[in-house]
Amino acid sequence: MATLTVPVEEKKKVQEQEALITGAEAIAIACKLANVDVVTAYPIRPYDTVMQYISQLVADGEMDCEYIVAEGEHSQFEIVKHASVCGARVFCGSSGVGWMYAMEALTVSPALRVPMVCMVGNRALDDPGAFGVEHNDALAVRDLGWLLTWVDSAQEALDTALIAYRLAEDSRIMVPLAISCDGAFLTHSQALVQIPTAEQVKKFLPPYNRGDLLMHPDNVISIAPQVNEDWVMEIRRQNYAVTEITCDVIREVYAEFEKNFGRKYGNPFFEEYMTEDAEVVLLGMGTMSTPVKVAIRKLREQGKKVGFVRLRWFRPFPGPEIAKCLERFKAVGVIDRDFSFGSPNLSGVVATELRSAMYTGAATRPPVLGFICGLGGREVTVPDVEEMTDIVFQAANGKAQPLTQWIGLRS
Amino acid sequence: MGQLFAVEIIYRGVFQKTLAKNITRGIVLAAHNEGKLGISFGRYGDAPERNGIPAKSFAIVANDEQTLEAGMAQYEPKQVDLTVVVDDTLTKGAESWAWYGLQPVHHALKAGATLAVVSQDDAPALLKNIHRREEPYKLGVIKGAASFSGMWVYKDDHTDVRVLGVIAKVLPGLFSLKSVEQYINEKLKNPLKVTSVRGAYERFTAVDVKPGQGNPEEPFKFTLPGWEKMRGGVSVTGQPQGGPYADPTTGEKGGFRPHRNELFKKYSTRTMRPVINFKTCTKCTLCWLNCPDASFDVTPDGTYDTNMESCCGCGVCEAVCPVNDCISMVNETEFSDNKSQWEAFKKDQEAYLKWLETTIQKAEPIEKRAHGFRYRGQYQEEVPKALEIAAKA
Repeated sequence: MATLTVPVEEKKKVQEQEALITGAEAIAIACKLANVDVVTAYPIRPYDTVMQYISQLVADGEMDCEYIVAEGEHSQFEIVKHASVCGARVFCGSSGVGWMYAMEALTVSPALRVPMVCMVGNRALDDPGAFGVEHNDALAVRDLGWLLTWVDSAQEALDTALIAYRLAEDSRIMVPLAISCDGAFLTHSQALVQIPTAEQVKKFLPPYNRGDLLMHPDNVISIAPQVNEDWVMEIRRQNYAVTEITCDVIREVYAEFEKNFGRKYGNPFFEEYMTEDAEVVLLGMGTMSTPVKVAIRKLREQGKKVGFVRLRWFRPFPGPEIAKCLERFKAVGVIDRDFSFGSPNLSGVVATELRSAMYTGAATRPPVLGFICGLGGREVTVPDVEEMTDIVFQAANGKAQPLTQWIGLRS
Repeated sequence: MGQLFAVEIIYRGVFQKTLAKNITRGIVLAAHNEGKLGISFGRYGDAPERNGIPAKSFAIVANDEQTLEAGMAQYEPKQVDLTVVVDDTLTKGAESWAWYGLQPVHHALKAGATLAVVSQDDAPALLKNIHRREEPYKLGVIKGAASFSGMWVYKDDHTDVRVLGVIAKVLPGLFSLKSVEQYINEKLKNPLKVTSVRGAYERFTAVDVKPGQGNPEEPFKFTLPGWEKMRGGVSVTGQPQGGPYADPTTGEKGGFRPHRNELFKKYSTRTMRPVINFKTCTKCTLCWLNCPDASFDVTPDGTYDTNMESCCGCGVCEAVCPVNDCISMVNETEFSDNKSQWEAFKKDQEAYLKWLETTIQKAEPIEKRAHGFRYRGQYQEEVPKALEIAAKA
């Protein structure tokens, strides 16, 4: 389940309204507050809850936008791509194989500098047909120039959606951004959320301005021509230039968010929980933070000094920052709610990326153990976390451990 | 760690989806009036909901964030302080369409806690269906007809707030009657609902159920295989074809009984079942051909008998049967076992036909049944009737 609201300064709180809403509903409300112009929809669980809520807001007269139900995900993402280059602020989203069906449109959007904001309701890829959370769907675009973030509460979902528009539409960035929300635990669970006022959002979020990339009769341009080897590398280098500065812009936008809304997220890239005096840490993304934190409190009572790092931004991957953070621990256990079959050490995606970041960024390199856990929506239980912590402590004490282990598996 | 409250609502998929959501939302918001924190969610594995499939919705409430987080750290509460069943035909147990086997309705109930059932029956009648258990508990009836709506409509007959009134009485530590009234006044803005919530609060009583009291049936369950023992390629074996079976009186073999999945029975989906007059059956085959679940056995006599573990009570057989009163759908609360009707008929024809005569009198005509709405204006007709039943309680 999702974690709770982050602290709010008292003076800000009075302006905001409180509501009992799901993570999907929180994102729908953020779209309303961001005054989104074009929304495209095609149903697939668990993403579909957000399209239902937006259609309800439109039907109730609370939100004014073009709401287009496409005939499939490919068109769904193509339509917002085109609307976005014509100057519309857009919202879109999908889950699991729906996201994969849109892959061609997902692939072209970063090069065209389309700042579409999407929600991925994380879902296991078919087959077998399953609705539960797995992170491989969103991770499929990790090499393509998308910005990828994972949130763990409805409040963070709402706030991150507002941050997402400001960040993606920044003239230095202008690339698509996906907010990953774990299916069920976040998309379908109602929690108490503070909803900012329209005035606050207006102050924080400037109008969308594509500059000379706007497709308009007054600005005649042609987008996405056919090119050959004499152009492609330079085009790729332009996207690479975005990745070089994204971390700095993220820091700026979070600082602006804090100033406007009063809610503090601290380090934007990852949240640290009980790490100050920790000997070992676990690391993961999304709503697994809830059972992990509960387990850590229990383990701390037994005198086991373990902490948790929840990664918020996977693209850009905060390599130097996270390597600096982790180098001081005796061992690190990465909980992957995903798989990367045939990868180095046969670990999950996050463990593999993290080892790469540690190799270059950390002064000392503690063992990084990979755990595959909670696939297909299976619960990451408190006993699972205790088991993983135990393995990490053994590695910290010099007892060699397999680099990848499956936890909570029936054998 | 402070006190953690968990409440579970067991409901019929689609027909009671909005009702269940309104109740669990109401719990969190009423408790929030006392400064408590909470979340409300449906069991994800039950969705997407199908008509009538048993489903669950939960509310978890605590005084502080850490206690609430401990409650949220699991997929669904393993132990609840109160279970509310919003349709009494669900008392036979809930088999969600995920793979849990059949769960008794008190599956997650803490020892000594209360099970509340929306029903027009009394506790002893409900105990014929509610499975036995080792821990004692309390059973109370929220008097009323099960409130059924559809995908796009909601029958606002006050069942939601009457359940909240019962919760205020059973779990005063979760929220008081005053807090529910505040929630209704501020959020629902319906003074009539305040009257309903007070009535339910005052009337609700519960009886003690002792260990071993109730339905002796052993709910079916199974063990899931490990990854090494499973078939590969995301494949499952098909069912064998089936074949003739024996007449219980003569022992002679005949007819055809298909082989059925042992792990997936569908009877907890049923709110009504077909009862069959084997005497007037013309063997026309229409029920057998049209049954969407292949629930009919061809008896050695050539008539058709519904397998009660496979039938989900849709009523298509009754609709297609050309003979008057040969197949009649009767409310599931009238039955407490899943035995073959044809075997009973073969063993004692006279007794069976007599039983049939009294049983089909309880069958309501199709347009009167409470599954969704069949004609314009039905909603308006049903609300006063439901309120009347509730007022009489």
